[in-house]
Amino acid sequence: MELLKDREKQIYRTGKEPFALSCDKDSLAGAVSQRACVFCGSRVVLYPIADAIHLVHGPIGCAVYTWDIRGALSSGPELHRLSFSTDLQELDVIFGGEKKLKRALFELIERHSPKAAFVYSTCIVGIIGDDVDAVCREVAGKTNIPVIPVKSEGFMGNKRAGYTAACNAMDQLIGTGDTTGISPYSINILGDFNLAGEIWLIREYFERMGVEVVANITGDGRVADLQRAHGAALNVVQCSGATMELAQIMEDKYGVPFFHVSYFGIEDMAQALYDVAEHFKNPEIMEKTRQLVKEELESLLPKLAFYKKALQGKKAAIYVGGSFKAFSLVKTLRLIGMNVVMVGSQTGTEQEYRELAEITDPGTVIVDDANALELTSFLEEQKVDLFVGGVKERPIAFKLGVGFCDHNHERKEILAGFSGMLNFAQEVYASVMSPVWRFTYQNGASRGKKSDITIANPNE
Amino acid sequence: MSKNPPNYISTTNACKLCTPLGASLAFKGIEGAVPYLHGSQGCATYMRRYIISHYNEPIDIASSSLSEKHAIYGGGANLKLGLMNVTQKYRPQLIGIATTCLTETIGDDVKSLLCEYDKEVEGEKPIMIHVSTPSYSGTHMEGFHNAVTSVVKALAGRDGEQDMGSGVINILPGFVSPADIRYLKEIAADFPLKATILPDISDTMDGAAAEFYEKIQPGGTPISAIAAMNSSVGSIEFGHTMGKDSSGVLLAEKFGVENTRMPIPMGISATDTFFDCLSRLSGLPIPEKHQAERGRLVDAYVDSHKYIYGKKAIVYGEEDLVVGLTAFLAEIGVMPVLCASGGKSGKLAEMIQQVTADVLPEQPQVHEGMDFYEISEMAEELAPDLLVGHSKGYPLAQKLSIPIIRVGFPIHDRMGGQRILHIGYRGAQQLFDVVVNACIAKKQSDSPVGYSYM
Ligand code: SF4
Ligand code: SF4
Repeated sequence: MELLKDREKQIYRTGKEPFALSCDKDSLAGAVSQRACVFCGSRVVLYPIADAIHLVHGPIGCAVYTWDIRGALSSGPELHRLSFSTDLQELDVIFGGEKKLKRALFELIERHSPKAAFVYSTCIVGIIGDDVDAVCREVAGKTNIPVIPVKSEGFMGNKRAGYTAACNAMDQLIGTGDTTGISPYSINILGDFNLAGEIWLIREYFERMGVEVVANITGDGRVADLQRAHGAALNVVQCSGATMELAQIMEDKYGVPFFHVSYFGIEDMAQALYDVAEHFKNPEIMEKTRQLVKEELESLLPKLAFYKKALQGKKAAIYVGGSFKAFSLVKTLRLIGMNVVMVGSQTGTEQEYRELAEITDPGTVIVDDANALELTSFLEEQKVDLFVGGVKERPIAFKLGVGFCDHNHERKEILAGFSGMLNFAQEVYASVMSPVWRFTYQNGASRGKKSDITIANPNE
Repeated sequence: MSKNPPNYISTTNACKLCTPLGASLAFKGIEGAVPYLHGSQGCATYMRRYIISHYNEPIDIASSSLSEKHAIYGGGANLKLGLMNVTQKYRPQLIGIATTCLTETIGDDVKSLLCEYDKEVEGEKPIMIHVSTPSYSGTHMEGFHNAVTSVVKALAGRDGEQDMGSGVINILPGFVSPADIRYLKEIAADFPLKATILPDISDTMDGAAAEFYEKIQPGGTPISAIAAMNSSVGSIEFGHTMGKDSSGVLLAEKFGVENTRMPIPMGISATDTFFDCLSRLSGLPIPEKHQAERGRLVDAYVDSHKYIYGKKAIVYGEEDLVVGLTAFLAEIGVMPVLCASGGKSGKLAEMIQQVTADVLPEQPQVHEGMDFYEISEMAEELAPDLLVGHSKGYPLAQKLSIPIIRVGFPIHDRMGGQRILHIGYRGAQQLFDVVVNACIAKKQSDSPVGYSYM
């Protein structure tokens, strides 16, 4: 494939040459990156805080495209599912949007009585120079709730920068609540977004182990929980990018230690629970954890065997938002018999890509910030049976006659935890083994081929 | 009943999208074209995802991917680099460049940048069409129409007057579904008439399975056909809410191509107008097949009218679609009680009055610039039996426990949004059956009896 020259360094093939891959670069102009923007990153992380108002300050698009598109569930209030915008108009752009922002905040706070409000600045706000901080301070003073600016102008970087902005915003809440009565065996869950209710499953595991969950910071979140989150004994962080900085801040400020986990796949899920048990050095917790893992595996493994047999040797490609998730996916796909031949992410770090290169088979393509055309050519070249990605990748897979598993934030299936592993296997199986592929040309069908029906192609 | 809509400062759950999204979709209806957003990366990615979730088709929208320094010093260099990269990678015939709020605000002069590009860059260069689309004025519909107009302005008449024979017309359908466009082509072929339909998303946004992945999905209005639009015998333009400088008006003023504006032909009355116009322009009678389709539709209206008479409906979405839907609902005996749009053309009420005055005893409430919070608030009072519009109205339908008739864009909670037929006798037939059956189903499932015979 002819790559755009400036993109060559962001692709690496394992096996031949020593590892070299440059990442964390701005997307190349005109390359149709699958990446989003700073705003997207902050919205992702803060979105599940369900009793806060999330007001997008800017023109309408940024707000409307993020209206209820994610599967993060709440067990109570659902303010997060509404799309609030200041919907700036031409005159606001000329004369400034501060007044409108202020009035919109008062209006929404009065209407919904939220526990806090987050105000997201989008690109244009950065340009017209609204003093969002001042407006937030003023409104907070008058309404007596925290009103927190999130500096998420899209052009200030990629999604990662948005994570930083979100972590800084949460930092303003943490440490302001009462922490009495919190158990010494207590954790905060960071970086799980409660898609399809996953965090409830994970919480239940921890509760079975005898560990108290103080705050689910990024899934089914509540302002009051966040405010007392510094009282937890440990931060358990999933997903490399999104909340790591918050964990770091909490360690520096409040001495709460943290480590990384992943809840995807048997190995990583069990490891996560054992790591937490280990941390507390309490034999009772450890014993309960062993028991839990044993019970779960006893019921799960026999069921998985069927899928493993059916999917043995099939080839898979992965392209996800953060590369940390990619690790779990590589292991998980192996567990059900599949070979991973391509792994990529929108925002991985060099270290992560290096480690990915180490755990994958020779010949595997590792790619940072792939664009749509690159993805198609990798899929074609590697003749894969399954592509794991998000919504934007799905039509690419389907046009190429390749099965697809949605592993992104829009999904409505639990894929985390032990039972999530089974769902994952089922979903992969359902797509890979469907009889519909018989009719696609990539899989050997010949009837009605283009050579027979000719659709005019401007490029020929 | 209040005649004034609530007037809030904040917008909650908007009933509109932003301008470059409309422009991108319009550009997707041109053969060999790639839409390009001059702005930061996020906008393009968000729009792609939004569009993909409806059409289930790949849509590549390139972006200048501006970063902070460009936002301060101008995005010209990135624009040029981006155009070069798109040219090299996609080999497009045309790049449709829409601005975003960011580049409009920092004041990038895309027009002169394109002139510079033309001088500076050697070798192959696709046609570049620029449309200015700040989202702080207008909705995706303004973006859509302005993109089409920019294309016509740049291309029509490029090669001078063409001898097209007598039977060529222009159809400017606005934002309808791929299925609608396919049907328009069929109607034209049945007359027979040669029609240049602009834009034509019938293949590009609803493509067949193919052997090879095409970088640019095949299909779309050929550029040569757009260039010859000045030589057609007439244009038919659907929709009334666009401004005076629509493509139909432009072709009329610049080249004397007669322009007929009509509402999107939804329902029998509006479709009659459309067929009459085709007949007049071509000098040919309405084909038997379509007369028969109309006959079956009248028969269906009669068979089922009692199930739906007097049902109250809230209609929402793009203004022109709302006008078409309202006309259709009114003629089948459903009573529109609120017609709402996020758009603000200032013409919605007048248009609705025009198409429904002869059937509706009382005009519905008509409000522009609405969002779903306001629609919901009014719905409590209006107690509708039906919602008619895109899938973002679903939460309201669920709250009110009433059926939603899914039409238009986006359909994000069902498959096949690209195949919904809205226009013509056939579209009316399909919509009619859906409306009737939704009412029957509601009655059936609300009853504890378990009727299997309704
Ligand atoms: S900045 Fe403007 S163009 Fe971009 S998504 Fe927001 S409204 Fe749309
Ligand atoms: S305007 Fe900026 S913040 Fe909004 S979607 Fe576009 S890049 Fe993101």
